[in-house]
Amino acid sequence: MRDKLQTLASNFASIPLTLFGLVLVTFLIGRVMPIDPVIAVAGDHAPPDVIAAIREQLGLDKPLLVQFWIYLVNLIHGDLGHSVMTSHAVTEDVAQYFPATIELATTAIIIAIIVGIPLGVLAAAWQGSRFDHAVRIVSLAGQSIPVFVLGLLCLLVFYVKLGIAPGTGQLDVAYEGLVPRVTGMLVVDSVIAGDWDSFWDALAHLAQPALVLAYFSMAYITRMTRAFMIESLSGEYIITARAKGLSAARILWRHAFGNIAVRLVTVLALAYAGLLEGAVITETVFSWPGLGLYLTVSLLNADMNAVLGATLVVGLIYLILNLLADVLYRLLDPRVA
Amino acid sequence: MLTRRALLAASTATMAAPAIHTGARAATPKGVAVMARQIDDIVSFDPAESYEFTNGEVDANCYRRLIRPDVNDATKIEGDLAEKWEVSKDGLTFTFRLRRDAKFDSGNPVTAHDAAFSLQRVVKLNKTPGFIITQFGYNADNVEKLIRALDDYTVEMKLPGEAEATSFILYCLSANVGSVVDMKTVMANQTNGDLGNAWLKTRTAGAGPFKLTEWAASDHVIIDLNPHAAEKALMHRVVIRHVADPSAQLLLLQKGDVDMARDLGSDQLKSIAGDKNLTVASSPQGTSMYIAMNQTMPELQKVQVHQAIKWAIDYDAIAKNITPNTWSVCQSFLPDALPGAVKTNPFMKNVAKAKQLLAEAGLPNGFAVTMDYFNTSPSSEIAQAVQADLAAVGIKASLLPGDQKQVITKTRARQHQLAMLRWGTDYFDPNSNSQAWCENPDDSDQSKLKILAWRSHFVDKELMGESQAAVHELDSAKRIALYHKLQQQFMERAPFAMLLQQNAVTVLGKGVSGFKVGPMPDYTHYSSITKT
Repeated sequence: MRDKLQTLASNFASIPLTLFGLVLVTFLIGRVMPIDPVIAVAGDHAPPDVIAAIREQLGLDKPLLVQFWIYLVNLIHGDLGHSVMTSHAVTEDVAQYFPATIELATTAIIIAIIVGIPLGVLAAAWQGSRFDHAVRIVSLAGQSIPVFVLGLLCLLVFYVKLGIAPGTGQLDVAYEGLVPRVTGMLVVDSVIAGDWDSFWDALAHLAQPALVLAYFSMAYITRMTRAFMIESLSGEYIITARAKGLSAARILWRHAFGNIAVRLVTVLALAYAGLLEGAVITETVFSWPGLGLYLTVSLLNADMNAVLGATLVVGLIYLILNLLADVLYRLLDPRVA
Repeated sequence: MLTRRALLAASTATMAAPAIHTGARAATPKGVAVMARQIDDIVSFDPAESYEFTNGEVDANCYRRLIRPDVNDATKIEGDLAEKWEVSKDGLTFTFRLRRDAKFDSGNPVTAHDAAFSLQRVVKLNKTPGFIITQFGYNADNVEKLIRALDDYTVEMKLPGEAEATSFILYCLSANVGSVVDMKTVMANQTNGDLGNAWLKTRTAGAGPFKLTEWAASDHVIIDLNPHAAEKALMHRVVIRHVADPSAQLLLLQKGDVDMARDLGSDQLKSIAGDKNLTVASSPQGTSMYIAMNQTMPELQKVQVHQAIKWAIDYDAIAKNITPNTWSVCQSFLPDALPGAVKTNPFMKNVAKAKQLLAEAGLPNGFAVTMDYFNTSPSSEIAQAVQADLAAVGIKASLLPGDQKQVITKTRARQHQLAMLRWGTDYFDPNSNSQAWCENPDDSDQSKLKILAWRSHFVDKELMGESQAAVHELDSAKRIALYHKLQQQFMERAPFAMLLQQNAVTVLGKGVSGFKVGPMPDYTHYSSITKT
């Protein structure tokens, strides 16, 4: 137990170092890219005195090391600076945009788990069958087709051709501004407000981007589950269970799946982290006002405080989920030191 | 026990469940106009700071100015908050008499104190568009004495320097930077002596037909009816949704999810030609596309080379094949929409003439050069067409595509050779573009005027003198004649090949009308939009 605690403590200790590396690299990329951040604030027409004043105001007239030091000191005090595009503190922007990403990614991972795990388990159980081949093709396609292609295809088929799904965005205009913001997740907020029309509209808008993301993630979960299960089903304890006359379902779910559940925790945590950071393209295609869209627009406008802040948040979430998976792995599996 | 059949049914149901609530709406809500456009350029709604297309347009609908261009003929000025105005004989004093019926969205009446405060505020804050007012000589020390309220409804504006053309002053005041803000509301929200700038970045406090209700960056802008406005809008709400992709904008319009699409390209416009459900509102804009030739490159210093490049390009083919409806040929630095435009396009593709000019320049075999351009449509396609045209006369242009801000950064640092760029006029007066392209009084890095001529190291004292003389000419007819002459000389010898002028096109959905596109974003109005 002491070994486990020591390892965990060491993992925790690595977080600040990793974050520092992330800040350093992102900061340097932001400063060496061939776009003058002042243009994002002042525009192309601004006279030299205004440009100089804004450069000073943003601290860009100082040496690079000093700029980095100031950013670090502010960061330690929880100040990520202000976005030049939104005029808000980056922390406020993150609080504004991140819930939409969480809503999207969480819905997607739930769908991916519900569909992906049973498919993987059964594909392994019926290895070599037509069902197995079909699952492998579907999951291979999910990992191969770019998300933006899938997103656009979805819009084309379900929105344009069939007309059974709403277009882009989080809500129809008719419902805009009706639901008070509590969590920032519109589906949840509309339930809290008891506004069922808004709820159904928000859910309908969530469906397509969530399914697109879920498909991508499901493919990964299915493949990993299948691989783990094939390995598990070849174990001697499975032969023993069969010899004891246990039912096929009990062997499959209790004995074989029970043994891979620990490893799946890591897969799911990483898949969820991947969805949180990987929703950028889906959010752009579906005009979903999440952190991915915020990051993309900020980057295109050289809004470096916003880019740094959003990158840090995504990095931090990734690290936390990774660590969580690590902790669960060690707690659930007594063989891991 | 879980069977294969049960599992498949459950999986299918899970995938389909969220899509059960169906039905893309056939129409936007009654009384609400919804437009799709790219709105990720918004930085601030404060008129003293706002300088981008979208916020300029929103401000135009939330604020009123002392004067404004006539909606039907932008070359004429009419009163907005001012019912009349007088100019002293020496051209140095402007006196505006205000209407008494105007109210801000707070319910406060609009007074001369608000108008004077708004202009003083622009000068004191000195943000990006501040130069439109400070160029007359105002500064933080003199502005309170020179721009002041004589009584509740009279504003006096004295010029600190020599007399300028009256129309020049009036056009500058009609720009977004001349918007009148609600002094009481703004000052009640002042922090650290910022004259309410931080507060006004994300809000409006004007007397226009609308007020800003909500802005979510890169997502949407909602403006609602100003209940106290003297001029009532026909819609109670206008929603501007950020839709980056023009194809997606068209799709939303065709599905009835938006009432207007603002950024359709030539391809989309071609595809809807003949669609009786859609109508088009358009207006030529004060935005030009041009090729800048940096004078640090020896080959580009020769006038014959300037001419050769201008004669090598097939302008009509570009406008016809790449940018029909959206950009038209304009070879003058004053686009058609602006007062003083010459409206003549002397250059056309003439390979033999271009080659002869290169030979006269001592470059019979042409030369190699790089050309920076924005990596978005239609700039990419136009750059390729220009490359082919230049190759035909022996100029080997290597294309350097880049993000818009990246290309601007490079040209501001004067590191380009050729650069294909865009420029939108700052205010609705010929001086804006004339100064930008012709004036470069100090070519050093310490210059206080680093606009287009400076960025390409172009110094022509004669052109500069004529441009400066035109802005001080008090006789309107003589002034226009000066700009005509200046443009002819510019076409002959300036190292800028003027290519195209933008045409703003908005496609309106079925039953939508009354949308007025102005020649500049801050002259575009929503108040007469209707839906049936």
